[in-house]
Amino acid sequence: MAVDVTGINWYKYSAPRTFYPLAGRLIPWFAGLALVFCLIGLYIGFFLAPTEARQGEAYRIIFIHVPAAWMSMFIYVVMAIWAALGLAFNTRLSSMMASALAPTGAIMTFIALWTGALWGRPTWGTYWVWDARLTSELILLFLYFGFLALEAAIEDSRRADRACAVLALVGVVNVPIIYFSVKWWNTLHQGATVSLESAPRMATTMFAGMGVLALGFWMYCIAAALHRVRSIILERERRADWVREAA
Amino acid sequence: MLSTFLAVVRRDLMLAFRQRMDVMNTLVFFVVVVTIVPLGVGADPNLLRAIAPGVVWVAALLAAVLSLQRLFASDYQDGTLEQMLLAGEPLAVIVLGKVVAHWLVTGIPVTVISILLALMFDIDADAAMTLCLSLAAGTPVLSFLGAVGASLTLSLRGAGVLISLLVLPLYIPVLILGAGAAEAVASGLDGTPYLLLLAALSLLAMVLTPWAIAAALRISVE
Amino acid sequence: MNWGGWSNFWAMGGYAGFVWGSYGVTLIALALEVYVLRRRRTRALAAVRRAGQQMARDPDEGTA
Repeated sequence: MAVDVTGINWYKYSAPRTFYPLAGRLIPWFAGLALVFCLIGLYIGFFLAPTEARQGEAYRIIFIHVPAAWMSMFIYVVMAIWAALGLAFNTRLSSMMASALAPTGAIMTFIALWTGALWGRPTWGTYWVWDARLTSELILLFLYFGFLALEAAIEDSRRADRACAVLALVGVVNVPIIYFSVKWWNTLHQGATVSLESAPRMATTMFAGMGVLALGFWMYCIAAALHRVRSIILERERRADWVREAA
Repeated sequence: MLSTFLAVVRRDLMLAFRQRMDVMNTLVFFVVVVTIVPLGVGADPNLLRAIAPGVVWVAALLAAVLSLQRLFASDYQDGTLEQMLLAGEPLAVIVLGKVVAHWLVTGIPVTVISILLALMFDIDADAAMTLCLSLAAGTPVLSFLGAVGASLTLSLRGAGVLISLLVLPLYIPVLILGAGAAEAVASGLDGTPYLLLLAALSLLAMVLTPWAIAAALRISVE
Repeated sequence: MNWGGWSNFWAMGGYAGFVWGSYGVTLIALALEVYVLRRRRTRALAAVRRAGQQMARDPDEGTA
């Protein structure tokens, strides 16, 4: 049971002690890949992709807006999965991964909102519309804040892990309900008639730039989460012998 | 199991009756919040008619959040909660009883008094009736989701603000559907789909959240 | 995409404030996160060293 078909002993790597050096070896790779992908993506986005017919150069904001929005939602789901694993199997590392992902997810959500507002102004004529996606993204930011606030309020880290896991699970069940209700609310109140369907018809180079930057953001988020989880391991296990040797 | 449930409901209702000022305070808070709004936005009857359902629902959300803190706090302080965790009865059933009792002493009074508030905002009888029904169908969700927040923040410093931060974003679907029901009727549409969706959310919350609340209570008390 | 000179590139067809405002704030946010990450690690390492010194002083207390 301990060894599966891949030949890797997963249980071994689920222990903070073995994961700590592994993460340390992986971080430079992910950080390097993040830098390379982001630079290639920016090059494609700024020097290869043509001017968009209707929005002019303002559309170039979506090269970071869309990847940040993807990551913000993706990280919340991954965070909830790690939290659930930690709750179900009582594995400390899973819970640490969940709390390592939360701040990065919140930052991605903030970037998505900020760039969305700056894209909306020239495109829609207003910084903020109560559009279903923008509003849901803002609510997602509040969900991240709730997770971080609950974690900060509980001193005992074991209790914080498990309480945050319950919160993340309740949140992840709610996210689709929130999204569809906000969407419905948006179609009823014809306040914002603009829709994201008016987004530019993407040329292939535009799509390539966005895809490569999305990869770069992905690598960055992994590197940041691994870096943070190493700090969390140090903080929690500072009295263990192996930590003092590793530090 | 049913007898456990009924016993918990009866006990919590009796406790609430003994401390009726707590229940009254929540209700007065609800009325005060709704009354403040016209003073802030102006007394234009058309404007007030348009925003009435939203205002009443937002006030109901705030009143619910405010009342959540005492849901488990007194049981935790006097040790009753620990006895409940150790009892042979399934914790989810006990929790269900407590939350239903909470709804009976906060959701129901808010629903009843909303008729009077609807008159103050001069919305027509059909819309007022729908507003009242939407509160009846939607406030159980406020109690159930709120209880998750209350159980997670049990015995924490600054729990009150924390509960609102955790719970208010989760309340948004209920707010949208609840306020939408009366607005639809006011503009000549059918409010029934909203009420049915609210009732569906209530049932969903009733089935799913007791497990989360029970888990959260165990986490908080251990 | 031929910009025809750097000044055209920085002007972004009149949308410079929006485009560079987005990219600039994104860069600041990520730089801030990297700074906070590094500071957290430094502090965690310092805490580990402090715990080590403390345990060296009274060995009975450690490993409990």
